[in-house]
Amino acid sequence: MNAAWETVIGLEIHAQLATKSKIFSGAATAYGAAPNTQACSVDLGLPGVLPVLNREAVRMAVKFGLAIDAAIGPYSVFARKNYFYPDLPKGYQISQFELPIVGPGHVDIEVDGVKKRIGVTRAHLEEDAGKSLHEDFHGLTGIDLNRAGTPLLEIVSEPDMRSADEAVAYMRKVHELVRYLEICDGNMQEGSFRCDANVSVRPRGQAEFGTRAEIKNINSFKFVEKAINYEIERQIEVIESGGKVVQETRLYDSMKDETRSMRGKEEANDYRYFPDPDLLPVVIEEAFKEEVKAMLPELPDAKKQRFKTHYGQDDETAATLTASRQLADYYEALVKASGGEAKLACNWVTGDLLGALNKAGLDISRSPVDYERLGGLLKRIADNTLSGKIAKRVFEALWQSPDTADAIIEREGLKQITDSGAIEAIIDKIIADNAGQVEQYRSGKDKVFGFFVGQVMKATQGQASPGEVNKLLKAKLKG
Amino acid sequence: MHNCTIAELASSLRTGEFSSVELTQAYLKRIEQHQALNSLITVTADQALMQAQAADDMRAAGQAGLLTGIPVIHKDIFCTKGVKTSCGSKMLDNFIAPYNATVIEKFHAAGAVTLGKSNMDEFAMGSSNETSYYGPVQNPWHTAAVPGGSSGGSAAAVAARLCAAATGTDTGGSIRQPAALCGITGLKPTYGRVSRYGMIAYASSLDQGGPMTRSAEDAAIMLQTMAGFDDKDSTSVEQPVPDYLAELNKPLDGLKIGLPEEFFGTGLNSDIAQALDAAIDQFQKLGAQVKSVSMPHLQYAIPAYYVIAPAECSANLSRFDGVRFGYRCENPADLTDLYTRSRGEAFGKEVKRRILIGTYALSAGYYDAYYLKAQKVRRLITEDFKAALTEVDVLMGPVSPSTAFGQGEKTGDPIQMYLSDIYTIAVNLAGLPALSIPAGFVDGKPVGLQIIGDYFAEGRLLSSAHQYQQVTDWHLQTPEGFD
Repeated sequence: MNAAWETVIGLEIHAQLATKSKIFSGAATAYGAAPNTQACSVDLGLPGVLPVLNREAVRMAVKFGLAIDAAIGPYSVFARKNYFYPDLPKGYQISQFELPIVGPGHVDIEVDGVKKRIGVTRAHLEEDAGKSLHEDFHGLTGIDLNRAGTPLLEIVSEPDMRSADEAVAYMRKVHELVRYLEICDGNMQEGSFRCDANVSVRPRGQAEFGTRAEIKNINSFKFVEKAINYEIERQIEVIESGGKVVQETRLYDSMKDETRSMRGKEEANDYRYFPDPDLLPVVIEEAFKEEVKAMLPELPDAKKQRFKTHYGQDDETAATLTASRQLADYYEALVKASGGEAKLACNWVTGDLLGALNKAGLDISRSPVDYERLGGLLKRIADNTLSGKIAKRVFEALWQSPDTADAIIEREGLKQITDSGAIEAIIDKIIADNAGQVEQYRSGKDKVFGFFVGQVMKATQGQASPGEVNKLLKAKLKG
Repeated sequence: MHNCTIAELASSLRTGEFSSVELTQAYLKRIEQHQALNSLITVTADQALMQAQAADDMRAAGQAGLLTGIPVIHKDIFCTKGVKTSCGSKMLDNFIAPYNATVIEKFHAAGAVTLGKSNMDEFAMGSSNETSYYGPVQNPWHTAAVPGGSSGGSAAAVAARLCAAATGTDTGGSIRQPAALCGITGLKPTYGRVSRYGMIAYASSLDQGGPMTRSAEDAAIMLQTMAGFDDKDSTSVEQPVPDYLAELNKPLDGLKIGLPEEFFGTGLNSDIAQALDAAIDQFQKLGAQVKSVSMPHLQYAIPAYYVIAPAECSANLSRFDGVRFGYRCENPADLTDLYTRSRGEAFGKEVKRRILIGTYALSAGYYDAYYLKAQKVRRLITEDFKAALTEVDVLMGPVSPSTAFGQGEKTGDPIQMYLSDIYTIAVNLAGLPALSIPAGFVDGKPVGLQIIGDYFAEGRLLSSAHQYQQVTDWHLQTPEGFD
């Protein structure tokens, strides 16, 4: 990045709240229904209809506010944001302007080992618009109002980020948080989690901000990074070639990897916000806040810290295991099911399990191997019934069948042979059959030792305990 | 039978003197005979007769209430399923409502019969019913005069005995002023008393539905059905509905009446003032006490109203964009053309004027000076009322500065038209209940007396009016040619 310039970034994240019904009507919010089948008279903005606030959306917003240590309430107001667009049925969007439900808070991020606190200016509730469909209508536009009225939490950051990496780290952190809180499914492809980025550059050391451009509707972490980096380069180029950055709204085109102008400041709407007379101010009482607080789950940072101290994990491992609430819960349930094998559980989850899930394209919540059965496997590793190698075979069997580890071990006769008498007998026979190799070993060719280990394992079909084999072989080969 | 009140009709229906079907037929015939009044936009004769038959069946099954089988007319602002709901506008001339307003539902549940939908000023914006797309309504007392507005069709229909009673809505006087000009009883309830769900919004923080009837007793019967909390309207109030009928007989002894000085100033026609004095004397004879009160901020009510109401309406009417329902211009070239021509061609002049005023008042740089200032004034006016109502039980005064004025007399001068609501508008800003009752005549035209009460004191207003109507007969007068 250009050393003479400093980047300033602020993000506005739109998180669709995971309520069952819409923010101001009883219609369902489920994604993917046939166009206009999930839009009731309120969503259609028919004459005479009135909005009624969904209490669950308020609860979710308060949850988020508490999680980012924000000021909440006590008094919050819905406002009408006026503009005409065919997918905005009422000609205004019900949003919040002067008194948002969530006030100033913060989110901590870490980039390349450097921790940083990003300010959250506010988070407010609003209704989503419908969708305009420009394909398939031959010069006309189709309107699908299924999404109209879906609750959104718009999370506005301070202009605290100084690089695309920081912006991505912040966005990931908020993404992780809303999923931990179970207030948003975080599905970026379906648009449940998307953001607008305000980007500007200024000469390093200058206190005032440069003129910013707003990049609209970015719906992946990768695109956020690319769009911001493109925009930084573009702005620096404009200024260095004697031009001026204009305040405008831009769109990121992922196909061409560039941003381009949508509309300038002079075309900007005057939204004529005013309090919505159809809705009473929302009063958040202390008791309600306490009730929500009591139901807050352990948050990602706290969980990660606890994994480090309690399970002795390094930073990276703890981060991997706490990346989602479901994975962390799985891990902790596995530790319990395995009889407290925290280290072993950690190795298996971060290794074989996540590997297999990744390969199959599955989320932890859809893992074919639940923690109970994996716990059964870990128990058998811990008590030496299984060698590591055999354990992998059992894991594969667990993945394929609904049986328990013990059932599989029993059925396939996979028990590790730890009986030294039995192993000794096998070793004796191998020594007797391979006099040449014994001679080589005894004359100092240590490498031949591996040959003997291999022979024993072959004879026991891998079921002999490697520790036991090593010990006995060494003793016997000495002669 | 058309000259009877609801209470009398209910009694006749009960004794079997006539059936609801017969009563409905009689009213439908009168509607037919008096089409020249232009008080209805839609007559729903077939449905009315079916509802009447159902009401007669209900009665036979022993399930009749006071409104069962009573033919009423609803202002064409209440969405009525399967029926054109035009709001007096070309914009909604093709709009068949797919659902019922809560008020309509309540009348259906009570077994009332809907004769049709009444004419009104376009989107309830007007004080003379002259802004209606469907043309002006005649005042039955003087057919060259206006019936008032915006609920002019309902007022004229009740005065002309085309129905037993009607519904109206009142944003700045739209029930009380036409009630006064047509010589009937009209009640605007406390804001939040009657659900606004399905009532097409003009100014949401001021709109309130209410009854328009021949007597206070009828208004009590109607309100009993209309009032109540509705979980579909966040601004409706969760407060039990008292038994208004039981309260009617409360004597006036000791009732403290306040007369706002500001209501009896120079703007008031002296003949009207005289009629009101006589009415107030009557209240004193019935045991009430009178004292003068002052509400200094009342003078700012009209300017405050004409910022707040247009501001709200500018947003409320945005949904009429030609996209999903209502009027759409022909062959739009593009989206902007679709918007501008659909709205330009279908909205009338007064509606456009208010949308423009409201848009301006909410614009960046003007919001504080207009909208916020008006809200502050609104609070001061409310405080004035609250203070006055700690001293007295009710306030009395005129409804309108004049009696019914001539058709076309004020259409060229919007300010003059706005001033006809000078005594009613402040009540909406404060959200208080108020009613208008007939209190005499000037030159053969009715004069209305306004009674304003404290929040949710509809029972007190109705009993005061009822006691007055027990000893006077202004409310029983019928316009010539309509008896």
